This record gives sequence, C-alpha cells and structure tokens, in this order.
Amino acid sequence: MAHSEEEILAGLGEIIDEIAGVPAADVTPEKSFVDDLDIDSLSMVEIAVAAQDKFGVEIPDDQLKDLKTVRDVINYIQK
Amino acid sequence: MNLSAPAPGARVVAFGEYQPGNVVSNDDLTARVDTSDEWIRSRVGVEERRIAGADETVVSMAVAAGGKALAAGGLSPDEIDLVIVATCTQTDQIPHAASSVASHLGINAPGAFDLNAACAGFCYALAVASDAVRIGSAQNVLVVGSEKLSEWVDWDDRSTCVIFADGAGAAVVTAADEPGIGPVVWGSSGERADKIHLRENRYLFQEGQTVFRWTTTELYPVALEALERAGVAATELTAFVPHQANLRIVEAIARRLGAPQALVARDIVTAGNTSSASIPLAISRMSERGELPSGSTVLTLGFGAGLTYAAQVLRIP
Repeated sequence: MAHSEEEILAGLGEIIDEIAGVPAADVTPEKSFVDDLDIDSLSMVEIAVAAQDKFGVEIPDDQLKDLKTVRDVINYIQK
Repeated sequence: MNLSAPAPGARVVAFGEYQPGNVVSNDDLTARVDTSDEWIRSRVGVEERRIAGADETVVSMAVAAGGKALAAGGLSPDEIDLVIVATCTQTDQIPHAASSVASHLGINAPGAFDLNAACAGFCYALAVASDAVRIGSAQNVLVVGSEKLSEWVDWDDRSTCVIFADGAGAAVVTAADEPGIGPVVWGSSGERADKIHLRENRYLFQEGQTVFRWTTTELYPVALEALERAGVAATELTAFVPHQANLRIVEAIARRLGAPQALVARDIVTAGNTSSASIPLAISRMSERGELPSGSTVLTLGFGAGLTYAAQVLRIP
C-alpha cells in the first residue's frame, strides 16, 4: 500500500533524527540534505537503508546522488 | 596410506605488532590535499596514521611483528614449521614474502606461502593455520598480516589517502587440548569485485557508498554466525575486533551484534586502515594496554576487496 506524503515525511524525520541528530521538526520537504541538513554521503546510505526497512522501497546507491532534497526522497518512495 | 596425527584444537599463544615510526597527522595531509582534520575525523575516524619509509617493506614489517610474537610466545624460530603472510600489497609477486620473512627470523625451512584475501586476509590465514595444526600438517605456525598500502595510494586523492596506512600484526598458532580458535565463517562476493580495485592498475579505489552499505548491512550476520558456531553468546564477548576499515563501519556493525558490554576496537583512530594487518595490530595493541585479559573472548571480522569476508572467535593467550 502506498504511503502518504505526510507519513513518509514523518518517517524520514524520525530516521534523520536518529542517524544524523537533526531534529525531526527541521526535516521539511524543501530542505537539501547536504546544504541544509549537513548530511554526508555515508549518512545518506544509512538513511536509504532505514527508509527501505520502513517503507519497503529500495533506494540503490546509484540513485542517491540524484536525491538532493527531502522531497526528492518522498517522491522516490511514492513513485 | 598413513595420515598425519591430528591435534584436538589450535590456539593463539602470542600476538605481536609493528608500526612504522613516521606519524602522519590529519593536518599533515591538509598541506597536500583539500581536506580538514574535522572532515577526516567525522567521515573516516582517523586522527593519525603510520606511513612506512623507503627501508620499511612488507617483509621487514612482517619480520618485526613476527619476531615480537615469537618472543612473546616463548617459541624459538626452529619450532616454527609453517609461515603464512597475509598481504595484498607485496610489490614483488616473485619472490613472495613468507619465505623471506622466515629466513630473516631464522626459521629453518618451514612451509611458507603468502595469502591474499585483501583486508580479510588475516582471518583467512588464521583459519588455515588453525586447520593445519589440527590436522597435523604443522605443529607451530607463524601467521602475519603485513601491508604497505602507502605504495598503492594516490596521495593527491583525498577520498583514499586519508584512510590507508602501513603496519604489521602477527600471531603464533600451536596445538592445544582446549581450542582457542573457533570455526571460521568465510565467503566472498565476486560479482562485486569491481567495487574495490586498483585504478590504472596502480591506485586503490573503492565505491564508498556501496562498500559502506555492504559492510553495514550484510556482515553482522557473518559475525553472529561465527559466534553461534563457536558456541559463544554475544553477551560473553570481551571485545569485538573487526577490520579497521572506517570507524563508522566499525561502530555500525558493532551496534548490531547485541553485545553492548564488548569493547569495540577503535585502533583505526591512531593506526589508519592497514588492511590484513589491522586485526592482529589492534589485538596486540589492546592486549599491551591491558584491555584484553588472558583467556578473554574476542570476535574478529575481516572484510575487503574481492569482496571477501571471514569471522572467527578467539581466546586471548
């Protein structure tokens, strides 16, 4: 079953809080992982793995470089 | 046909290590490549590493570490009948390192060979040594991991030169009534061999995100299986000593073992990533600091290019 945008955003907030220590409230769709949230390439892998566990959608490494904002990830999971 | 007489078990009786004297700090590297102490610490976990000089080779570092292990174990060179050197950075393929190492140590006419399973090499070599002793092919084995990675690093590539370093670690394996080396769990994933390779046949290259995902998601079950096969509970471990690839990988795997009491090796912080040398180097240094009492139980996990991996449980001599 597809997840709503709100569900995915809330889930990503929890994941990013746990992995990168960024408060979930700061995780909003327009935020850039690198520029706004200071998340590096290895943390992006951890976020992708945790998102796969939570939402059942695999995000391969070769896709990660194209997922620049939180919205990009939401769209990828909903796709 | 007669067969060799088997031994009930094998154990490590001593460890030894060697590190080059030349300490290279993160600040030293910022003079050469566009990086920073903060970036290196947060991405890789290294604060300083040892880099060999021109007169320090895979063979000479193995001799130093092996000699220290022999002395610590109270064995004379003529008691050793098999020498295995785990290395992937020996520049000359012919001659290989092990027989030269044996000769320099005064070990007379042992079986001698090199073993290349990249950063998993020490765990592979220890398993082979244990089996040789148990089956009776050898009585006392010197196992050394020795690497001069600095010769295979592009010192203008900031993604790799901050990680890799040089050094050697050794173990002496002998027959024992009470086993001190558990069953090895090993394997490989050759379909991903291109993920860590020599660029231009010269410089170490790895796909960082892919290697990070592999190591942090697929290897902890290998470590847990080694515990299960040895009959040791995770809660009984004194320490977890994985290959010192990257501090974030080390800590990510450790979190998934269910062994919160276990000391986790963080030798990479001051030794860098020394490939097949990293596990015996870490154990030897931790033992010298009194962190691994005699009889304590340690879980090793080697992993690296190939891709290869291996894990086993050890008792500290």
